[in-house]
Amino acid sequence: MPAEMRKRSFVITAQSRVDIVLKYSRDLVVALCVVMVFTTVILLLAGAPPLAAYYHILKGSLGSWMRFGHVIKTWVPLTLCSCGLLYTFRIGLWNIGVEGQVMMGAIFTTFVLRLGIGSQMPMIYLMGSFCAGIAGGAVWALLAGYLKTRGGIHEIFGGLGLNFVAQAVILWLIFGPWKRVGIASMSGTELFPRELWLPYIFHIRLSVAALVLAIIAIIVTALMLRYTKIGLYLKALGSNVNAAHMFDLNPHGYMLLAMIFAGGFAGLAGSVQVSGVYHRLIPSISSNYGYLALLVVMLANYSVWLSPAVAFFFACLNVGSIQLPMVLQVDSSLSGVIQGALVLAALAVHGWRLRTQRVEVEWTHE
Amino acid sequence: MSEVHITIVLAGVVAGAAPILLATLGETITEKAGLINLSLDGTILLSAMVAFAIAYETGSVIMGYLCAAVVGAVIAAIVAVFSIHLRQSQVAVGFVLTLMARDLAYFLGNSYSRIQGPHVTPEPIPLLEKIPFFGQLFFNHNIPVYLSLLLIGVCWWYMYRTPQGLNMRAVGEHPMACFARGVDPKKIQMLYALCGGFFVGLAGATFSLCTKPGWGRPQGAEGTGWIALALVIFGGWHPVRAAIGAYLFSFLQAMGIYLQGWFPSIPAQVFQVAPFPLMIFTLLIINVVQRESVITWGERKTWARSLLGVFSGTMPTALGRSYRLD
Amino acid sequence: MRIELRDIHKHYGAVKANNGITLVVEPGTIHGILGENGAGKSTLMKVLSGYIGKTSGAIVVNDTVEDYRTPAEASRLGVGMLYQEPLDFPPLSVLDNFVVGQAAGIKNKQAVFREKFDTLVRHFNFSLKPDDVTRRLTVGERQQLEILRLLSLGIEVLILDEPTTGITAEQKESLFRALKQLAAEGKSVILVSHKLQDAEALCDTVTVLRGGEVTGSMKAPYDANVLLEMMFGTPPASPSRSAVEYGTTVLSMHNVAGPGGRTGLSNCTVTLRRGEMVGLAGLEGSGQGVFLRLAGGITKPTAGTMELSGRQVQGNDLHSFKKAGVVFLPTSRLEEGLMPGMTITEHFALRDNDTGFLVRWQEAEETAQTKIRKFRVMGTPISWVESLSGGNQQRLLLSLLSKESMLLLLEQPTRGLDVESANWVWWHLNKYCLRRTTVVFSSSDLEEITTVADRILVFFEGRIVMDVKKEETNVNELSRAIAGKF
Repeated sequence: MPAEMRKRSFVITAQSRVDIVLKYSRDLVVALCVVMVFTTVILLLAGAPPLAAYYHILKGSLGSWMRFGHVIKTWVPLTLCSCGLLYTFRIGLWNIGVEGQVMMGAIFTTFVLRLGIGSQMPMIYLMGSFCAGIAGGAVWALLAGYLKTRGGIHEIFGGLGLNFVAQAVILWLIFGPWKRVGIASMSGTELFPRELWLPYIFHIRLSVAALVLAIIAIIVTALMLRYTKIGLYLKALGSNVNAAHMFDLNPHGYMLLAMIFAGGFAGLAGSVQVSGVYHRLIPSISSNYGYLALLVVMLANYSVWLSPAVAFFFACLNVGSIQLPMVLQVDSSLSGVIQGALVLAALAVHGWRLRTQRVEVEWTHE
Repeated sequence: MSEVHITIVLAGVVAGAAPILLATLGETITEKAGLINLSLDGTILLSAMVAFAIAYETGSVIMGYLCAAVVGAVIAAIVAVFSIHLRQSQVAVGFVLTLMARDLAYFLGNSYSRIQGPHVTPEPIPLLEKIPFFGQLFFNHNIPVYLSLLLIGVCWWYMYRTPQGLNMRAVGEHPMACFARGVDPKKIQMLYALCGGFFVGLAGATFSLCTKPGWGRPQGAEGTGWIALALVIFGGWHPVRAAIGAYLFSFLQAMGIYLQGWFPSIPAQVFQVAPFPLMIFTLLIINVVQRESVITWGERKTWARSLLGVFSGTMPTALGRSYRLD
Repeated sequence: MRIELRDIHKHYGAVKANNGITLVVEPGTIHGILGENGAGKSTLMKVLSGYIGKTSGAIVVNDTVEDYRTPAEASRLGVGMLYQEPLDFPPLSVLDNFVVGQAAGIKNKQAVFREKFDTLVRHFNFSLKPDDVTRRLTVGERQQLEILRLLSLGIEVLILDEPTTGITAEQKESLFRALKQLAAEGKSVILVSHKLQDAEALCDTVTVLRGGEVTGSMKAPYDANVLLEMMFGTPPASPSRSAVEYGTTVLSMHNVAGPGGRTGLSNCTVTLRRGEMVGLAGLEGSGQGVFLRLAGGITKPTAGTMELSGRQVQGNDLHSFKKAGVVFLPTSRLEEGLMPGMTITEHFALRDNDTGFLVRWQEAEETAQTKIRKFRVMGTPISWVESLSGGNQQRLLLSLLSKESMLLLLEQPTRGLDVESANWVWWHLNKYCLRRTTVVFSSSDLEEITTVADRILVFFEGRIVMDVKKEETNVNELSRAIAGKF
């Protein structure tokens, strides 16, 4: 290589993962400050005292063991969904259908649990219902995947359409075949007998099994993405699907696989909602956790270690704002506003950083 | 069914389609210039709330409309700024905004829930409404509906018959080439994002002041933003075809209400939800139609060719992509 | 209009793409900027045309120092550029492409511009129709359109960046005629090229760049040896080929047709044998890319049969082609060959054929180290591939291939590479031929093809129109076939 060329080479090397997470956490702190200001303004607009609002959110989420149990109850399905989304985000898919996948998992779970009413071995049915939930979510996700790979419909629209369908199916079931004895109502199906509830610690109403499931999900996902071929292939296809042929990768196959993973985790979240939280099927069984999980993963910068932490923070916000209508006469959607604002602020800070540290690599094409 | 009955149903379809049409046309403009505004659903809700609140406080429907349109433009501007100046993903920002705007609408609109407020008055056009059939169909509505009808033609003319419209389409195809020619893609994308957002705001106001008057949680407009996005694709990024899609959707909704009577065992909510996935799955038809194999099949049959031609529309090449001007 | 560039610097971080360049372009002349790929010519012209900003230095137009930052400002001063990659709008019509950037406002001025267009087309004797879709035009025709547009804007200084790549000899004649006409009318023309013969045929003055700096300039008539020395320092060695015996049939196609590119491919019947080095000649988009992708299993044929080592394969999926040892390397290395955002090590991890479930990171890193050394890639195992230069990306891609490939299909393997990297590529590919691998490559450089290939296939409008051994033909005959005269 000629001498002049040698001194003109300029390569960028990958930073260590710890480095990336640390730098990003710094951005998050800045984002948090910005959002505090914004939320305060919004609260004033709604005529509510800001400091009181923050206080009640804090107290409402972490103020007692019972409330903390609620936070964990929210954290588990949220984290499960987030783990699943890490797979689809890695391959570059926008799995908006995660809401429907949670719902389908809940439907399948309810089906199996209903079979187990009055049985002598409720544990079998409980475990079976979890498997059914995973299957339900996976099937629903696979459907959205096929709509994309065979039908050419973008996964956002396919997922959305299937969300609507899942919602319609739940409504039909609650008002039709699975309706309560007497009058069908929006409060859902008949409550399941105690033995079909996920076992929990009485005082704080916290199910250890659910907690363990979430932790296992996190660890499995972290290992899968970092150390397995599947994780590497997902990353490669997410980077450049046009180069898939170079490495004999089948993009459609891995997209469907990622969807199956995402749907499976989401379905599991649905199972937890039915057997561990509500103990029946209700119209809003997904509690918007699917959409919220998308925000969680975005805010966590698609990192498997930051996601549970962000999910915890979001869970606190959700549970804490339940108090607000009662004590301050404001709607509890404030948590949604804060969560959305946080993601936007993080994106803004990230974008601002990009502006100030642009590295030129375009000279390579002469 | 008597003839009068059909006319009333169809007139209802035209009226009901007005807000969806406004949103779809607005998004068609934005996407033709290369920007995706995924925040439509939330924007419609937020602008609906603002329209109602402002109209309630000031007593003026026009003020409500104006403020709602401004809200729509502001949210679209946020998407544009994040994309153009901060180079973040349009899909990501749009998605976050759709959730956030909805939550903001519910939060700030809490005190306006389920109360009576001002709404748009019917304004039949004096002579034209007497025309049999078409008079009832098109000329016996209110101003927002007339506006939506007018806008179809205006959009088409602007996009395909003016130099400004040509520049807009050029930016959506190849922003860097526009830069090389002195047409500033950043300014143009921002302009049409604002414009599109303005119309989306009008759509929201039409919901809360005209089609489904009032505010609540839920309002009834939930989901239409997503439909509008699907309709833009259905319409092949062409205002007239997108309008056809909007009327089709409104027709499906009308049918849903009608069919409820025939199947009393199925809960009403199912019929309310059904048009949404149906519309999205029409995208399947569009994709099948654009397949190579179908095109080669239709090549020899002239009737098939023209039919397929109606359905094909190409995506603006630079849609959703970020670019860098040095 | 007189243009003077004074001490122009353009730095990208630590890289000095232009390092203090000074030159003068007189009005009414054709000025050539000569240099091999990577010398800094395109960068300099992009600075002059306002497409990118300069780090330091001055541009003087008619004795006034002008400081412009955008192509719009440059064209207002009369400086316009024809870029190497066409900056136009394929889905829009020719007339629309002509108009964009010239008209504003709401009033429809199509008729006015249609007339302007017709006048200019006749003036230069081009054959462009205003209502055609730009996507269907050849590269040469798109160039013509762009020149007309720039002239319509009133450009006085026309810069052309590598205009003769990918156009027929006839279109080149037409272009050179037009340029000479422009110079005679008092306009200035700047021609950027790495081809000596173009500069010799057309230019009044030539400035040579190497490594971001001016190494010399000369007025016509030229001494080729002097120019070559200014361009390369020491004259480059030309790629050598050793005689090879051909073996059994590797790939055969009967009446194969397939979609893609500008024209697709139809009625393709050809047989390739082991050890052959086959060059695909023709205008860009005449079907070479489609041929390579069909042979590589990337695209499925819509008609005909294909056999690989005697077995029928048309309609098979990519995996069976890969197993048989067929590899395809695309032109756009970053867009279709590598994964941006991933490191060299990760690419070798992707390449690992081990059937386990887990990634063997240790092995991948070791392989990366070894290959980086062996192929002399300027990078480290943890470098992001998008930060490597074009030549290094090509070396990396070649290093990712296995030694036991049966059929190598390369699209424009030396595009954008400096001479030393290009020579290295041919030396490396030659070794494959010696090992009885068949190498098929496409190129828009006829000289390269005739130097390197044993056998040449000429493509025109989606068909193979000529299939000859190198010894049985010459450059003239090939040029005529490329242009469609056979």
